[in-house]
Amino acid sequence: MKEEFEFLFSLVVSGLSIGMMYSLIALGFVLVYKATDAINFAQGEFVMLAGFICAGMLAASVPLWMAIPIAIIAMVVFSFALERVVLRPLLGRPVVAVIMATIGLAAILRGLPPITIGSQTLTIPLPIGDEPVKFLGTSLAQIQVLGLVVSAACLGGFTWFFMKSRMGVAMRAVADNQQVAMAMGINVERYFAIAWAMAGIVAALGGIIWGSMLGVDTQLALVGLKVFPVVILGGLDSIIGAVVGGLIIGVVESVAAGYLDPIVGGGTKDFAPYVVMIIALMFRPYGLFGKHKIERI
Amino acid sequence: MQDAPAHDVVAPSTVTMLAVNNIEVVYDNVVLVLKGVSLDVKAGQITTLLGANGAGKSTTLKAISGILFTERGSITKGSISLEGMPIHGRRPFEVTKLGIAQVFEGRRVFESLSCEENLIAGAHIERDMGKIRDGIERVFTYFPRIKERRNQLAGYLSGGEQQMLVIGRALMSSPKVVLLDEPSLGLAPMLVEEIFGIVKRLVSEQSLSVLLVEQNANMALTVADHGYVMENGRIVLEGSAEQMRSNSDIREFYLGINEGGSKKSYRDVKHYKRRKRWLS
Repeated sequence: MKEEFEFLFSLVVSGLSIGMMYSLIALGFVLVYKATDAINFAQGEFVMLAGFICAGMLAASVPLWMAIPIAIIAMVVFSFALERVVLRPLLGRPVVAVIMATIGLAAILRGLPPITIGSQTLTIPLPIGDEPVKFLGTSLAQIQVLGLVVSAACLGGFTWFFMKSRMGVAMRAVADNQQVAMAMGINVERYFAIAWAMAGIVAALGGIIWGSMLGVDTQLALVGLKVFPVVILGGLDSIIGAVVGGLIIGVVESVAAGYLDPIVGGGTKDFAPYVVMIIALMFRPYGLFGKHKIERI
Repeated sequence: MQDAPAHDVVAPSTVTMLAVNNIEVVYDNVVLVLKGVSLDVKAGQITTLLGANGAGKSTTLKAISGILFTERGSITKGSISLEGMPIHGRRPFEVTKLGIAQVFEGRRVFESLSCEENLIAGAHIERDMGKIRDGIERVFTYFPRIKERRNQLAGYLSGGEQQMLVIGRALMSSPKVVLLDEPSLGLAPMLVEEIFGIVKRLVSEQSLSVLLVEQNANMALTVADHGYVMENGRIVLEGSAEQMRSNSDIREFYLGINEGGSKKSYRDVKHYKRRKRWLS
């Protein structure tokens, strides 16, 4: 009985830490959706791109302390350019146009590495030990602890930004009603660019951590697939939703893998989150924390 | 044009704040909506723009604030100036910085923001946090009801409160001119009276100028100093509010009063409206 419980506990702990790292990727998605109403299907590819930039820098023997900021800056520049060149012309067009543009972008980004640098897997060695951190009878890899801390810091930081800072309030105003926000003297296009840049920063951090954990190749983009169950469960426009959704999906995935994999022979990790997503869509189509449109009668 | 517009000599004592000079507005590059509109908003006055649905009143306001481009409209002719400086063709946030605030029709609050956050968003062009806090307090003195609900989501306010909030929000950018679009829309008569009373006070106490678009001509002409009537994208009548109130056509078509002073039945008004127009 005690062993049984310890097994479950360790699955939950590892699920929570992975879940927090999903939240980090989902955050990039939520930031863009919240401010610009655009659904970014290329978030996973953003993460992959950031991983490649960082790993590529390291391979070119740039020190890590420089490679990380360079990856972040490169992702910001990339997002700015993307917003300016691809997405701004689509302003005011149907949402489908933006979705298609990001799907196309995702395909292009995934196709780039094999034709440029080949298909080998690069690594991002972070200066942390291999020794797992032990606590409460369970243990967690150091990279997971690092991921947990970075994700929590980002999520906390962006929550503060949206709730308390004036720029955050302006950004929410833009998300609420673009035309009225313009009349308030808010430069709406600039805020769109800022939202994309923030998504770029988050993707860079996610790419470095996930890349360090899984290795950097085109498979890294697949973490983006986990974003959809997370944001649909949590609510497309809620940062808290991204956190809670991420944690739930992480735990579901880890527990399902722990108990069902031995029976069915593996692979539950990849579909369990989608089962949760479909159930969430049936009962709470706005997600747990998503914005309902306020209807006054 | 059957009746000549009643152009009058306006008392020269006031300065022109906002001048719209013979503008033409085209939507989607083909639909001509404003066909040469000119009007002046004098400093410290309420100028009202009356007219039926679709006359082009809201379009005029959007042309001034620069919001027009979001609806695929553009100014193809004429000019707009604020205190003599041309402002047409500028982007909306630049126009706001120059001192024009627009209050849209239909109480467009930021629903998912609290009242206070709505006001903070309204003060976006203000850099000094202290001034913003003073601004919020000033709005609260004019609209004490908003103060009571400062932390509530604006989407849950009543219609009257939302109207007060959007007017308060427009004041947050310390504008010289406020463009006020149909503040009476869908509100109870008592509330309308209260809100117009506050607007009147604001104009005299905060050195504002207001361009008020209304369908409620009766209410608008009691608070306004000067008025214009629009029809089919043209100004067809202009005069001081007093002259307008006594103009027989206005009385018939917009106030529903006939020469005897008694209220006319709706049926008669409708009959007249169908038969007679300034422009056909």
